[in-house]
Amino acid sequence: MKILLNSKQLDLTLLRLAHQLVENHIDFKNSVIIGIQPRGVFLSDRIVDKLTSITGNEKIKYGKLDITFYRDDVHSTEIHVPSVTDIPFSVQGKRVILIDDVLHTGRTIRSAMDALLDFGRPEKVELLVLVDRRFSREVPIHPDYTGYTVDTILTQRVKVRWTENDKKDEVVLLDKV
Amino acid sequence: MWAIDNMLSVKHLLGIKELNAADIALIFKTADNFKQVLQRPIKKVPSLRDTTVANVFFENSTRTRLSFELAEKRLGADVVNFSASGSSVSKGETLVDTVKNILAMKVDMVVMRHSASGAPWFLANHIDASIVNAGDGTNEHPTQALLDAYSMQEQVGSLKGKHVTLIGDIMHSRVALSNIYCLTKLGAKVTVAGPPTLIPKHIESLGVRVEYNLRKALEWCDVANILRIQLERQNKPLFSTLREYALYYGVNKTMLDSIAKDIVIMHPGPINRGVEVNSDVADSKQSIILEQVENGVAIRMAVIYLLSGKREIE
Repeated sequence: MKILLNSKQLDLTLLRLAHQLVENHIDFKNSVIIGIQPRGVFLSDRIVDKLTSITGNEKIKYGKLDITFYRDDVHSTEIHVPSVTDIPFSVQGKRVILIDDVLHTGRTIRSAMDALLDFGRPEKVELLVLVDRRFSREVPIHPDYTGYTVDTILTQRVKVRWTENDKKDEVVLLDKV
Repeated sequence: MWAIDNMLSVKHLLGIKELNAADIALIFKTADNFKQVLQRPIKKVPSLRDTTVANVFFENSTRTRLSFELAEKRLGADVVNFSASGSSVSKGETLVDTVKNILAMKVDMVVMRHSASGAPWFLANHIDASIVNAGDGTNEHPTQALLDAYSMQEQVGSLKGKHVTLIGDIMHSRVALSNIYCLTKLGAKVTVAGPPTLIPKHIESLGVRVEYNLRKALEWCDVANILRIQLERQNKPLFSTLREYALYYGVNKTMLDSIAKDIVIMHPGPINRGVEVNSDVADSKQSIILEQVENGVAIRMAVIYLLSGKREIE
C-alpha cells in the first residue's frame, strides 16, 4: 500500500480544486454541483463546504445523482443496489459540475451523463475528479479539474478514504493480490 | 463496494412463500428508487435495454398486465404480449411447448398468469429463463402482496406488530394467501374475516386469526385489505345472494365512521362496488386503492430489475 495523499495534502488539494471552480464559476449563480453516488458524494460534500466559505454564497445548488440504473454492465456484474438520487432543482440551462472521487475507465461518468440528461438539458457539463488514473480510459472522457494524477496498472486499486466513512482522510494505492 | 446484500435468494419470483424478509426488504428498497424515477419528467431508465420480457397471460387481467408492461417498458426492456385466447393454446399446444416456443425467439424473462395453481413451479422445472408469477389459480399473486405491503408501510410505517385484516373471499383469493405470507414475514398480525364458507379450514396454521364478525374484525385492525368475491371460481353456491353478502360483509361508510380510528382501506381490484365495498368507502379519503396501483409499477420494476441479475452474454 502506498499513500498518495495524506490528510494534509488532501485538504490542500480540495482547497485548490475549490478555488479553480470559483475562478470559472465566480458566484455560482447559474452553476450547480452534482455528486455521483455513493462515493463521489463525500468529495462533493467537502467541495461544497469549501465553496461556501470562499464565495460566501450559502445557497449553492447541490444535488446527488445515482447512476445504478444507467450502468452498461447490468448483466455482467452483480446487481447493484441503488443509492438515493436527490436533485431538488432543474438542470435545464445550468452549468453542471459533476463530481466523482476516482476517474478510471470513464464508464461511470458516461452513465452519469446519460442519467443527468434525463433531468433536463444543461448549458454545459464539467467534470471534477480527485484522482485521475491515466491510461486506463475505455471511453473518450477527460476531467476538467483534477486533484491528483496517477499512473496505475489494472490490478491496482485507488481508494479514497474519508473521515466520515473510513475513520481518516487519505488517498491510497492498493496492490490487489 | 456497496454490492453487498444485493441479491435475491431466488432465481424466479414464484411465490412469497419462498422469499425471506431480507428479499422483501431489498425489493422495497429498490422500489423506493423506481418510485422516484416515476416522478421525473422522463419516467424511464435504460437498465434492461438488452432484455426482452414476455407477458404470457392464460387468464384475463387489466391492471396486472398493464402494470407489468409499463414496468418493463420503463426499465427499457422490449416487451411481447401473449394471451391464451386466440392463440395456439386452443389448438391443443401444451404450456411447456408454448413457453419454449416463445423463449426460442430469444426472450429472457417470462411473466405468467395461469388459472392452474402451481403452473409457474411446473414451468420453472422445464425452462431456464426467470419466471415471475403474475397469479396462479387460487394459490399466489406475489407482486400484488408486495405492493400491498409496500403501500401499507407508506401509510402506517413498519408493519411489525401492526394489525391487518383481510376481508372476503379468502378461499379463492390468491391475493389473500400471498398477503398472509408477506405480512407475517414482515411481522404484522393478520386476521382473516368473512363468511365461514369462504374461509378455508385450518387456515390458522398459517399464523392468522379467524373472525366471522366484520365489525369486530374492523375494530381490531389498522389496515383492512378488502378482497373481491370471485364468483368465477365458485362453482357451487357458498352464500345465498350477493345482497346478503353485502349486508353482512360489505364495508360501508356508516360502519367505518362508527369506529373510533381511521382504518386504511385497500382493495386489489377489480372492485365489485356495492358488494364487498361500497362506493362511499372505495372513494373515501381512507382508501388508498389508487396508491396501490401506482406503487404496483415501482414494485414490479424492482422485481424485474433484481431478477434480471447476472447473465452470460455471448
